[in-house]
Amino acid sequence: MKTVLVSIKILLLFTVLTGILYPCIVTGIVQIFFPHKANGSLVIKDNKIVGSALIGQPFDTSIYFSSRPSATNYDPLPSGGSNYSMTNKKLINMVAARKRNFVAENSLDSLVEIPAEMLFASASGLDPHISCEAALLQVNRISKARNFNETQKQRLKQLIKNQTESSSIFWFGRERINVLLLNLELEKIK
Amino acid sequence: MATPFEWLQLAFFFALLITLAWLLGKYMTRVFSGNRHLMLPVLGWLERITYQLTGVNPEVEQSWKAYTLNLILFNTVGFLIAFTILVSQSLLPVNPANLPDVSWHLAFNTAASFMSNTNFQSYAGETTLGYFAQMMALTVQNFVSAATGIAVLLALIRGITRKKTDKLGNFWVDITRTIVYVLLPLSIVLSVMLVGQGTIQNFKKYETIQTLQGSQQVIPMGPAASQIAIKQLGTNGGGFFNSNSSHPFENPTPFSNFIEILAILLIPVALIFTYGKMVGSARHGWILFAAMFILFVVGLGISIASEHMGNPSFRDLALMEGKETRIGITASILWSTATTAASNGSVNAMHDSLTPVSGMIALLNILLGEVVFGGVGAGLYGIFVFIILTVFIAGLMVGRTPEYLGKKVEAFEVQMAIISIIATSFAILIFSAWAVVRDTALVCLSNNGPHGLTEILYAYSSAAGNNGSAFAGLNANNVFFNVTLGIGMLIGRFGVVVPVLAIAGRMAGKKAVAYSSGTFRTDNTLFIVLLIIVILIIGGLTFFPVLSIGPIAEQLLFQNGINF
Repeated sequence: MKTVLVSIKILLLFTVLTGILYPCIVTGIVQIFFPHKANGSLVIKDNKIVGSALIGQPFDTSIYFSSRPSATNYDPLPSGGSNYSMTNKKLINMVAARKRNFVAENSLDSLVEIPAEMLFASASGLDPHISCEAALLQVNRISKARNFNETQKQRLKQLIKNQTESSSIFWFGRERINVLLLNLELEKIK
Repeated sequence: MATPFEWLQLAFFFALLITLAWLLGKYMTRVFSGNRHLMLPVLGWLERITYQLTGVNPEVEQSWKAYTLNLILFNTVGFLIAFTILVSQSLLPVNPANLPDVSWHLAFNTAASFMSNTNFQSYAGETTLGYFAQMMALTVQNFVSAATGIAVLLALIRGITRKKTDKLGNFWVDITRTIVYVLLPLSIVLSVMLVGQGTIQNFKKYETIQTLQGSQQVIPMGPAASQIAIKQLGTNGGGFFNSNSSHPFENPTPFSNFIEILAILLIPVALIFTYGKMVGSARHGWILFAAMFILFVVGLGISIASEHMGNPSFRDLALMEGKETRIGITASILWSTATTAASNGSVNAMHDSLTPVSGMIALLNILLGEVVFGGVGAGLYGIFVFIILTVFIAGLMVGRTPEYLGKKVEAFEVQMAIISIIATSFAILIFSAWAVVRDTALVCLSNNGPHGLTEILYAYSSAAGNNGSAFAGLNANNVFFNVTLGIGMLIGRFGVVVPVLAIAGRMAGKKAVAYSSGTFRTDNTLFIVLLIIVILIIGGLTFFPVLSIGPIAEQLLFQNGINF
């Protein structure tokens, strides 16, 4: 019986320590040092929150850079992947269809290599990035849809360069580009 | 194939891991031996106040039975509190998304899962659990279940090193020191580093926004970083969000990804060095490390090769299904290998969408008994079981009573070792077989063909191996799976913990045998080879039949472009 009592007391004590104090102390520290990041890296435009820099958004009109395919269509409640296996016919058909669509939408030559992330859905369904190659393949389509002249088109290409997040020497990161932030900059090209 | 540059990055990763783990191993040796150490002046008061408030006398030690009883009672109380919080969260505060009560079977599964250091996610965090439940039920169990694993290891070490006593230490002291001096400081550092990368940590309401294109999106919030830090460090693995560490709010950058993989392996590897030092043979620690490292690197190499190979169905495409752009293939596979080897279970890529071979390596890491580094504490007391079998088999071959670190290994120790291996294998195979013959279970699969079988096998392996990762296509949130998986977790945890503590108790009572030229050595290369063989033979014999009709069959079909 004494042991039961000790168990309960110790557990209550650790609940206070690790369940209340620990998360609150961490919240306190990070709300001082990294408030923007701790609160979800929200992006504000014209005094309105237009999203989080970390959470991808669906883009399927021709005037924006497209995001990756998503098993949840970028609905974060809840996040998730397709969980299709590599031998699942549904996946194989979906990849083929996505490839046809991407080629058609962007009027590409059918021999052009489409970056894999544009054909496969991400793990979280919220992947905010695509590769720079995938962005460059969409430049012509967007320029046409937005009636860009040659200078504006060049600025768009420059924009992709500027927005590229570089690969990392030590941590396996690949070169990539954030679609929401890129599209926000895209809107500034007048 | 992975680029040469990526191989260099892997080498850098391992060099950093070993250095940090060696330093931490040294520190933990001092902490657990009760010597003076770095954090004593800073946090000593917290340890003392814990004993004062709870009436624990740290000087009083326990026999193996009392130690085990304390452990089980403590875990039972933890289970009951977690269960109660989950089924009544709508009545509790700090639940800004107003999430409803959790069903009894999901609460059973989740409470069993977090108490047993499994942390399987039958639920989706962002749509199931309020902040109160995440913190008070899950974060707390992340700490105490990790501390429980380390406590068992400490009792085992005392059983090996002590002579003619029945005392194995004080359970309360062991978990208190683990939490106060090891888990808590490391978690604070890691969570702050993660927020520096973009992991969220707040108590705000979910943010409803209008996307650039004009649709609505609800962005979840919450105290994520504090839970993610301990989930990685304590080999827990249950995510704050449904998609776990692939979620950009859990793992926002390549750097956060890198430090999270480091955190997954850090304490399990450090404990090997602590173990070596505390049993009096640092060299034996390095030998165990070598055996585990070989198994790890071989699995990693095969997985990376398989993922980069491509296949007929997708031509030359990089296999990015279920993987994140910022992380890429190689770092996803390093994670899938680390998380299954270390009994962590968090994922940064969807294991269901791995190639059949790399999915099998992940599964095999679990099936081998979670002894390739393994869970904190659990990996070492798990490999201890295989060590007992190895010295026993070696002893049989030369016709001599086997010994381990100066203690005779007799019938009782071998019986207990066998019980612990059978308990886990039994839970995996019997439950999988039961699920496979139930039509109502089969409708929960999301893939046909051999992969469907692998989804079920993976779920029970993950549960009984206390791993917690999943082939997440299996919809496990129903009475059958929640209950059987929950039972599997309990068998996999206590079916090993109790026999190991029994061995520790028995060994503590023995006298030491003098070292002689006939003693079978456990600190040389021959021992590495024998240990690896024993692990592979036991894992192989037990699971090869089911693997051959699951992932192996699927790989053969996959290579020939046959799909389902």
